[in-house]
Amino acid sequence: MSELWSRTAAELRAAIDRGEVSCLEVAQAHLDRIEQLDPQVRAFVTVTRDAAEQQAREWDEARGRGEMLPPLAGIPIALKDNMCTRGVRTSCGSKILGEWRPPYDATVTRLVREAGAVLLGKVNMDEFAMGSSTENSGLFTTRNPWDLGRVPGGSSGGSAAAVAARMVPVSLGSDTGGSIRQPASLCGIVGLKPTYGRISRYGLVAYASSLDQIGPLSRTVADSALLMNAIARHDPQDSTSVPLESPDYTTALTGNVRGLRIGVPKEYFAEGIRPEVRDAVHQAIEVYRELGAEVGETSTPHVEYALASYYIIAPAEASSNLARYDGVRYGVRSRDARDVVGMYMTTRDEGFGDEVKRRIMLGTYALSAGYYDAYYHKAQQIRTLVRRDMERCWESFDVLLTPTSPEVAFRLGEKTDDPLAMKLSDICTIPVNMAGTCAISVPCGFHAGLPVGLQLIGKPFDEANLLRVAHAYEQATEWHTRTPEL
Amino acid sequence: MTETASRIQAVVGMEVHAELLTESKMFCACGTQFGASPNTQICPVCVGLPGSLPVPNRLAVEHVVRTALALNCEINRNSIFHRKNYFYPDLPKAYQISQYDIPIGINGHLDVLVNGEVKRVRIRRVHLEEDTGKLLHAEPGTSFVDYNRSGVPLMEIVTEPDIHSADEAREYLIALRRILVYIGASDGRMEQGSLRCEPNISVRPMGSDELNAKSELKNLNSFRVVHLGIQYETARQALALQKLRGEDYGAKPSIPGPPPMKVDLSDLALNQETRRWDEPGLKTVTMRTKEYAHDYRYFPEPDLVPLAFDDAWLDAARSSLPVLPEQRLQKYVGEYGLSEYDAALLVDEREVADYFDSAVAAYGGDAKKVANWMQSDWMRLFNAANRDWSVVKVKPEDLAAMIRLQDEGRITGKIAKSVFETMWETGKSPDTIVKEQGIEVVGSEDQLAPIVDRILETNPKLVSDIKEKGQEGKVNALVGQVMKETRGSAKPDLVQKMIRHRLGLS
Repeated sequence: MSELWSRTAAELRAAIDRGEVSCLEVAQAHLDRIEQLDPQVRAFVTVTRDAAEQQAREWDEARGRGEMLPPLAGIPIALKDNMCTRGVRTSCGSKILGEWRPPYDATVTRLVREAGAVLLGKVNMDEFAMGSSTENSGLFTTRNPWDLGRVPGGSSGGSAAAVAARMVPVSLGSDTGGSIRQPASLCGIVGLKPTYGRISRYGLVAYASSLDQIGPLSRTVADSALLMNAIARHDPQDSTSVPLESPDYTTALTGNVRGLRIGVPKEYFAEGIRPEVRDAVHQAIEVYRELGAEVGETSTPHVEYALASYYIIAPAEASSNLARYDGVRYGVRSRDARDVVGMYMTTRDEGFGDEVKRRIMLGTYALSAGYYDAYYHKAQQIRTLVRRDMERCWESFDVLLTPTSPEVAFRLGEKTDDPLAMKLSDICTIPVNMAGTCAISVPCGFHAGLPVGLQLIGKPFDEANLLRVAHAYEQATEWHTRTPEL
Repeated sequence: MTETASRIQAVVGMEVHAELLTESKMFCACGTQFGASPNTQICPVCVGLPGSLPVPNRLAVEHVVRTALALNCEINRNSIFHRKNYFYPDLPKAYQISQYDIPIGINGHLDVLVNGEVKRVRIRRVHLEEDTGKLLHAEPGTSFVDYNRSGVPLMEIVTEPDIHSADEAREYLIALRRILVYIGASDGRMEQGSLRCEPNISVRPMGSDELNAKSELKNLNSFRVVHLGIQYETARQALALQKLRGEDYGAKPSIPGPPPMKVDLSDLALNQETRRWDEPGLKTVTMRTKEYAHDYRYFPEPDLVPLAFDDAWLDAARSSLPVLPEQRLQKYVGEYGLSEYDAALLVDEREVADYFDSAVAAYGGDAKKVANWMQSDWMRLFNAANRDWSVVKVKPEDLAAMIRLQDEGRITGKIAKSVFETMWETGKSPDTIVKEQGIEVVGSEDQLAPIVDRILETNPKLVSDIKEKGQEGKVNALVGQVMKETRGSAKPDLVQKMIRHRLGLS
């Protein structure tokens, strides 16, 4: 019998339902694994062992009473540390929030809890989700389970590393420009960024409000579908949440992609993409052909401007979203100030890291009188063009296929002195956020022992189809079964 | 009059902030009750906790749309919210959700009666935003913040600089407040800060169209202070301009008032600045000089979607509007012939005007008669009851019925007063009261004839004085006797006529 920590959420759920294991055993197996491995991987900011064991016991008792258990009952989960958890520290990977414990649950926190998932803890991230390596965390750096000398990607590096290291079967991350998909790619797991508006952002600490979206990370596509079933709900507390019914995502996983039209936008294979990554993605295309899909080349010409305009829009929104960390109400307040303006300045100077400060300055500048039209307004126009590019593709294709990241996991410290090189990590993922649609990264190969990710981009609100397409590939390949040695 | 300088014109634009009458806040479900203990009406949204998101209050949006329609505005069908960014401890998100270039209402106007003339004030914009919290300063170095007010829905109404005197400003504000209270958008309580007014004032030589440095007056919490503040500021700036240019515009430092005011001659700089009213000194004083314009870095609020009003929405808002006070004023003055003052008494409170309109409709005759009753006995008793509607038992149609009884000669004016008081106390209809008390006018000649004949018989002395000595004045004494006999329920004119006829007088 395999170790409990090595199983997927679906397998664990089946075992729990059959009465082979208790929820408590499942939770403890994963908590022990965290205790054993996290000192090396450093994914967790907070481990909630007592609450987790308590929650698991309650499900066991419910089962003992013969109650029907909800779909995720007993499934261990980790949440990125920018999702509010009532009474549990929510740091956003920043020193400025100190030991802040939110007095409320994010909508997703509530939904996964209602679905029965057992929260094992909160996981590390680039500070306020700004970064692609988790090295921008103000707390500590998370390592890639495939090579502890390398980054797990970011900003949801903790979410990806925790799943890849089998410390939890599933986690939630957030994706503003690739922050779920890129770390999923670098850690060799599945990461789904749903369509903007599909998942409630209520209780997700905002980085860039018009781009942020929560999504699942898991080792299999089926597990992401399971999580989507729990969290894809209209939420009246989020005005940008779309009032659409969500299908049962697990029933979409038919394994059949015959006749599927796959578009390959040529711009995503241009210079800057590592040849081994390109080769792995091309092999994935062949797999789809063999599965009966039709593959054709397409073009999204404005992609080359997407990165630049993203780095106007996201920092602009961030400069406003992060202005509330002023030391007045919560988090850390600098003691070295004599007046209120001084308090703002020293609190923010001491509390924020360099990348956050860089983006606040960029965004403030872009919104300033006299610059707004040249920067923010222009960037929004480009965003419209990027979206139209993609809409045009949907006339001929069902999904688009690209690399997730231009490269495999890089060494810790390799890019920390070159913020621009770091930002190029998201060149393939950012257009999806700009267009507001959904995309998934699935493992499609290895280079020098490091995972490569394949990105599939779907039509808006067509996550079910996207999961079906990803699942079919997963069934035809074995990349997802590999386990890092720790 | 407010013209302190004959050759100087004041140029005033008004910015009014009104807290909207809603149970809950603009973007969350917290209560809006005034005067609650600090920080008892707060939640993650209105204290801006990380992760919280706003959800617009539908009623607040409706209030603003209705106000904009009442002010003859065009409605932006895809109105959006913007963020106005600045740091202040009473602003928990460090941005205020407000509106910028696509407010709900634009290009409206309000016609105001000022000293008998209709004055049109153009409305530039009507927009919706959230209020801030309140800072409470304790000993030096310590401040507290109360976020109860944070997120209370606030409407801003901005005029074009069409106002040229303190009188116009006051009448505009009175008219605007009346509308807001009428349509239920605001309680209009200036003393509680639920209606706040900030005039922008500059001056220029009469006839010129130059625009000089303007000052913005803050914290004006009554009509009186708005009036005084603008009077003072106009005079102060006029003197300043005169001094600056070495011209004589006829500006004088003394302002007749009441109360009389005198411009502080040491304060004659003409700056773009924010000033406040200093009540003990009866003057305006500098709060802060605007050396540079604040850059609020407005951008569209990404947490909210456009408001998107469709025809049905706007039609519903339009049809829910009551007859507005200005329309009523113009009707009462123009059609009914009431004085502006009398009309305003009736119009001021919507329920009073509704009552008056109902009574006029039930009566069907001269509205002025109804107005006379409303302004005298009705208003006296209403005021004595502290304008509490729960004590008003007289139905408008009963008031009309009573006036009709009087018209028909069935009761006299004097009896009518006592009938009305009984109506007020009991809520009974005038017919019932008249029947119960047997005070109906002994109306016809037939009914009166025996009484008149008897009085003539029993007063031979008076009769002979009149007939033989020609002392016609004594007829009134006989009339008085008849009236006494009928307990006042006879019509004196008729009695007089009957007596004169019997005595052979013309």
